[in-house]
Amino acid sequence: MHSDLVIARADGRPMYVQIMEQIKQRIAVGDWPRGEEIPSIRQLAVSLSVSVITIKRAYLELEREGVIITQHGKPSRVAAEPNLTSHDHAADLAHHVTEVARLAALIGLSHDDLNARLHDATDQLKKEQP
Amino acid sequence: MTDLAARLEGVGKSYPHFILKDLNLELPTGSVTGFIGRNGAGKSTTIRILMGLVHHDRGSVTVLGQAMPMRQAAAKRDMGFVSEDMRLYKAATLAWHMEFIQSVFPTWDQAYADTLMKRFDLQAAHPIKGLSHGQRVKAALLLALARRPKLLVLDEPTTGLDPVARHEVLAALMEAIADESRTILFSSQNTLDVEQISDQITFIDKGRIVESGNKEEFLDRWRRFRLDVPRGASVPVLPGTMGPGVNPPGSRLNVVVTNRFEMSMVAAYQAAGITVQAIEPLTLEEIFVTTVMSKKEGATQ
Repeated sequence: MHSDLVIARADGRPMYVQIMEQIKQRIAVGDWPRGEEIPSIRQLAVSLSVSVITIKRAYLELEREGVIITQHGKPSRVAAEPNLTSHDHAADLAHHVTEVARLAALIGLSHDDLNARLHDATDQLKKEQP
Repeated sequence: MTDLAARLEGVGKSYPHFILKDLNLELPTGSVTGFIGRNGAGKSTTIRILMGLVHHDRGSVTVLGQAMPMRQAAAKRDMGFVSEDMRLYKAATLAWHMEFIQSVFPTWDQAYADTLMKRFDLQAAHPIKGLSHGQRVKAALLLALARRPKLLVLDEPTTGLDPVARHEVLAALMEAIADESRTILFSSQNTLDVEQISDQITFIDKGRIVESGNKEEFLDRWRRFRLDVPRGASVPVLPGTMGPGVNPPGSRLNVVVTNRFEMSMVAAYQAAGITVQAIEPLTLEEIFVTTVMSKKEGATQ
């Protein structure tokens, strides 16, 4: 019933990251209601045909971020007030910074030029904001 | 891990042209272990030792609490084995095979066999000789799975299968370990299959285990750095790094792979005047190829 999570081979990000993101989306839109039980690690592993250890890792990280709650010996639940944002942005930033560095290298942008471009973009954003 | 379905300790086997050396392998109960190696690396020999089909010269093998090969009869009651060269009777039907196995193994689950037969698109009345390779693999897997074995050992179960059949087989394997008292070891050339369903990964090459560990930690340890090395700067040799042989001397853009990734490596490169342009994760296939190639060149630092 939870096989609506789909791992994309072409995504390139680790499977556990994709699973975390999709669970957060399910929670955000209410498909996985707040405070409700979620599938056990093994159940989800079987329904997605993904290793137990990968789901375990996704659940551990989600727990660390305050998205789900696991009490020893009990089924995991969605947190009453799940924190769905903070880490997302940090991870996004890390991803985009890597991409920017790669593209800069691709077009032969120097370190200083890249820094200058970033400065400009930050200034521009400040101006645009009221 | 204390609860092990199988354990190989210091296992060795010598043939005139091949030696299996000091093999250590543990299969935690409830886990899936993926066994990766090139042709002739020793995967099948290891699996046959585990099954008691080949007797090891050195070391000890314990399977489901039974010492192998002496106690293999007891161990095999709860072991299922599927290999590429499965010996099903060509003239007999799948129904005949099911009946035969049911008569030998009291744990046979006919309802589950029926479910699998439907899912695998198999007909009980078909003689084995009329089946395609994929259908034969699925038939053999059905015969093994419906016994509900505690330990399922599969030698190249997905080799030569079409994408749909592979998908069905992987799903059936994962379903088998929905019960956490069951354990799977499977060998494969297909690193994608291994990456998808394994909890633990073991690489074997030339009769030796060259890498082994928890899949998540494994993938986390390996990274590829893309470095911009200014003229005059040189790339410091950091732990676990190996150049894949694509960095001609004096070139500015360098690629370095490590199997002991830490964020502190970025600082170490920067301190040497080098810009880290990108840090990329590796696929299991890339990790395997790099491992085998670097062992060949003795290039690991």
